[in-house]
Amino acid sequence: MAYSSILNWITFNDLMQNPWYPYGNTYNLPFDIAYKLWEIIGGAIAWLINLLIPGNAVSTWLISDGVCVGGALIIFMIVIFLVVFICTLISLWMERKVLGRVMDRRGTMIGMKGFLQCVADGLKTFMKENTIPKKVDKMTYMWTLSLVIGVSVLIACMIPLSGRWFVVNYDTGLLIIMAFFALAPFFILVSGWAQNNKYSLIGGMRAAELMISYEVPMLIMISSACLLAGSFNIGDIVNAQRDVWFIIPMIVGFITFLFCATAEAERTPFDIAEAEAELVEGWQTEYAGMKWGLIMLGDYFRGYVSCAMITIIFLGGWNIPFVSDSVNNFLPEVVFLLKTWFVFFLMIMIRAALPRVRTDQIVNIGWKVFMPLSVVNFVIVLLLKLGGIY
Amino acid sequence: MMERDLMDIRAETDELTTDKMWVIMGPQHPFSHGLWTLKVELDGEIITDAEPIVGYLHRGWEKECENRPYAKIVPMADRLCYAASMTYSHLYCMTVEKALDIEVPEKAQYIRVVSDEICRISSHLMWLAAVGTDLGNFTVFLWCMREREYWMDLFVRLCGARMTTNYPRIGGVRNDITDLFDRDVDRCTEHFEKSLWDIITLIDDSSIFVSRMKGTGILTREQCVNLGITGPAMRGNGVDFDIRRDDPYETYGKIDFEVPVMNDGDSYSRYMVRVEELFQSCRIIKQAMQKIRAIGKNAPYRLKVPTNVPACTAMCRLEDPRGESLMYLVADGSGKPYRLKVRSPIFTNVSASKPLVVGSRIADVPAIMAMIDMCLGETDR
Repeated sequence: MAYSSILNWITFNDLMQNPWYPYGNTYNLPFDIAYKLWEIIGGAIAWLINLLIPGNAVSTWLISDGVCVGGALIIFMIVIFLVVFICTLISLWMERKVLGRVMDRRGTMIGMKGFLQCVADGLKTFMKENTIPKKVDKMTYMWTLSLVIGVSVLIACMIPLSGRWFVVNYDTGLLIIMAFFALAPFFILVSGWAQNNKYSLIGGMRAAELMISYEVPMLIMISSACLLAGSFNIGDIVNAQRDVWFIIPMIVGFITFLFCATAEAERTPFDIAEAEAELVEGWQTEYAGMKWGLIMLGDYFRGYVSCAMITIIFLGGWNIPFVSDSVNNFLPEVVFLLKTWFVFFLMIMIRAALPRVRTDQIVNIGWKVFMPLSVVNFVIVLLLKLGGIY
Repeated sequence: MMERDLMDIRAETDELTTDKMWVIMGPQHPFSHGLWTLKVELDGEIITDAEPIVGYLHRGWEKECENRPYAKIVPMADRLCYAASMTYSHLYCMTVEKALDIEVPEKAQYIRVVSDEICRISSHLMWLAAVGTDLGNFTVFLWCMREREYWMDLFVRLCGARMTTNYPRIGGVRNDITDLFDRDVDRCTEHFEKSLWDIITLIDDSSIFVSRMKGTGILTREQCVNLGITGPAMRGNGVDFDIRRDDPYETYGKIDFEVPVMNDGDSYSRYMVRVEELFQSCRIIKQAMQKIRAIGKNAPYRLKVPTNVPACTAMCRLEDPRGESLMYLVADGSGKPYRLKVRSPIFTNVSASKPLVVGSRIADVPAIMAMIDMCLGETDR
């Protein structure tokens, strides 16, 4: 396609007609935004070059289909990350404000009702010196940290905000998220060893202990939801809850899953891997400055994902019950995020009210309480399915 | 021996062998309420041995007293314990009064009882706050500290200071209680009795909290007596002894109150004893204030005392919020003490940390030691 005028920048008014569109027949809003953004940015660059050297090949190349899609994909990644990042920052801000209210204080107060405090804290952490202890296993120390944070960000980006806002739409979406979730404790275990610090080592061991106690019941509950919906695809699970949310048939599962998800995000009362009172900061002891800041952010990413999973599995995802499709399709992303933050609010209240459990207690809770409850939930779902109600 | 050989030997043994490891908790460790170290030997997460180390805060308090006039030791005495400062000034004054063989006016005695009980409440509240953070619940900490502020305000009304309250004097107290104190102490007591229930509900209704407490840090009654543990930690082990009731000082003999005792000997019973003591302290304050009002405004509250103490020895003890505090004074007839020895309850209780923590998990250490209510100012002196 030859470059002729500025109007030619927007090559395909309908995204679906673009042969390079990576989503086939499914409409993806963030990619659409990214595509339009690239058209503006790439087009502007092409236009500027064309002003200097008229009729050059670079301008034409910049707005060709392949480059458009490639540039759009890069912007797409940035857009997705920014949205996830801001959602996480809002969770962080919410936690500080709600905890403040419960604890009879104000919480953060600087700028935009305290929201800018998170940014200021981030900047402050960023400015701190990047210290690495002398006797750590440097390779493992840095790599495990990157992997823990990387996996956290990856699963956060895997969460769809609506039927049109997603990164990938695999048929086994929920399983992939769970698989990524289960990876982090391994890295924590190795990282605890690599730090050459006894507190970190114990913290790392505890992360593994934590994982074997809640991961199995959680998977059973996820399979219950998938059985009810008849698919592992996140979109299908949400669409199956168009009329009745899964929280109604699976109320036992919801309560159990809420606690399992709290454990998954390593939040109080299940934050035994980083137990401050006895292990200083557990596996994070030797990470200082921005490394610690990123760990913190990764924790909140995981908290956000845990809440999002509860929203997807039990609270009907981006659906509002008893409204028409036109209302429902207006801003499903906002509905989804509001539900997610409501679940996060529950987690904050749990954090405010409960002390930390002991290591043997969490294994007991996991195997003697969560496990039977999840099996009960599974049996209920099985009966509902066999009875033909679902 | 080559590593491979070592591994073969390990593989041949039937049992799984584990290495033990010493973990140092303190002095900057978040679990230690003050500067002290607890070295624990771990087998996995189970503690097999423990060794407390104190002395980081030692500042030669007793020696310093030998170079000061009697009156100038009073403001030093309240530096002994920042959480219950007035009880130590009180104890010191009582000891010197005993050496001088004088009896302070009744009004001063009642005021001292009130101030001691306020001290007990504020100290216990600080303990409860610390228990919250030790178990990972910051809400308990802030709620308790909020309630403690009201009692701190009462200290301000009484003597103008919050922490190091320099109020008791040899021969009485520095000044009479003010009208504002008289008004606020009732308000504060009534408010506290209600708001304490909020905190108790937050803690005691939580099964996690109770399960962390019950069955941990168990000592038998005999062990407790042999180790010399005193105070609420002792009464949590079924030893029914309280100096306020069994060897009354000041006007405690004229006040009606109960001494809570629990028989389980675990952290939970120590917790229960302390919480019940909070209510009992309110009861004591109410009664003592009634007596003070009955005595009237113009009654004497302080005696004139000589500067020099005759050559003698005197020993006095009182029920500190943490246990039995004792001072032993040797006077040589001059204006300065020849020797002043302090027996602080936590110094003894720290030595019991090994039997307390051995056999439990590392996660239990903060909970167990929190129930002892550590205060290193008085321990190291």
